[in-house]
Amino acid sequence: MSEASASSLVSIRGLSKKYGKHQALDNINLEIPRGKIIGLLGTNGSGKTTLIKLMNGLLVPSKGQILIKGNAPGVETKACVSYLPERSYLPDNIRVSHLLSYFTDFYEDFDENKALSMLSSLQIAPDSFLKSLSKGTKEKVQLIMVMSRRASLYILDEPIAGVDPAARDYILKTIIRDYNEEASILLSTHLISDIETILDDVIFLKDGHITLTSSVEDIRNRYGKSVDSYFREVFAC
Amino acid sequence: MPWTLDSDRPIYTQLVERLKTEIVSGIYPPGARLPSVRELATVASVNPNTMQKAFSELERTGLIITMRTSGRIVTEDTAMINETRQELAKEQVCQFLMQMHKLGFDKAEIIDLLSNQEGGMANE
Repeated sequence: MSEASASSLVSIRGLSKKYGKHQALDNINLEIPRGKIIGLLGTNGSGKTTLIKLMNGLLVPSKGQILIKGNAPGVETKACVSYLPERSYLPDNIRVSHLLSYFTDFYEDFDENKALSMLSSLQIAPDSFLKSLSKGTKEKVQLIMVMSRRASLYILDEPIAGVDPAARDYILKTIIRDYNEEASILLSTHLISDIETILDDVIFLKDGHITLTSSVEDIRNRYGKSVDSYFREVFAC
Repeated sequence: MPWTLDSDRPIYTQLVERLKTEIVSGIYPPGARLPSVRELATVASVNPNTMQKAFSELERTGLIITMRTSGRIVTEDTAMINETRQELAKEQVCQFLMQMHKLGFDKAEIIDLLSNQEGGMANE
């Protein structure tokens, strides 16, 4: 994953971000190829969300650049990147069905039928108001919206933390079944053991540095342990 | 249900073992059509690229065959399937013996134990 190539979906060069004196990211270099599911792993405050926000144009780099399909984050990249933020940004006083038309208007690649079928699998009525839904159900709705786009890159910030294990299984299966082979998924999580079997590669982030990029199989091969156990060892307090 | 996988071994190896077991045990009989990589990855809850790698390994050994039009099928070479069955059995026996040696049993004791084991086919 480290070698640059013309087929890279995302190319990040010398990326740094400072908040005042605090160096949140320090000289990050990263290539994300197509057709991969990649876990972005790190302890709290390691820079995961900063990196994700920079990729989505919500923050401006202090140094370096990010190119997604050749473009810096902006209008073009937002049309092909489907982003699930760590917090909900959805208005509370609308119905799920409103949200569907909102996404249909906003994103050319939004597949309403796919969203409807996922809502029905998770038994969420399209006419329910968002504010009437539990926190976990709201998270499911938001994830359904994001995964129903035919995007080139899905960036999911803690996508499964708030949902129950049964829904988690369903969501992971949906990701495996539906994602386009030309697309990639970058997801940050603390729940490594729940998702490690679906990942191709992992990126370890520590104090604003990438300390490791590896395939899941390499870690298991080399250390005879799961990524989850390896992470606990590397980041032991 | 997602497939149960050990956390300390490569996922790919475990997928190969599981598929071999399903073939020799007749879940996928000789000549049977296999599900697509994506379908099976979804059932198992594993990365499709990893499942693809497991399929490729089974293709390399000849246990499964890619047809031009109809996906992948299990080989009709029953001798080969039988050979795989023997290999898997040997691995099981090796593991069993290792465990028994840890418990301090020698060969004669193990044979004695096995021949006196009643209803040994508990799972049948």
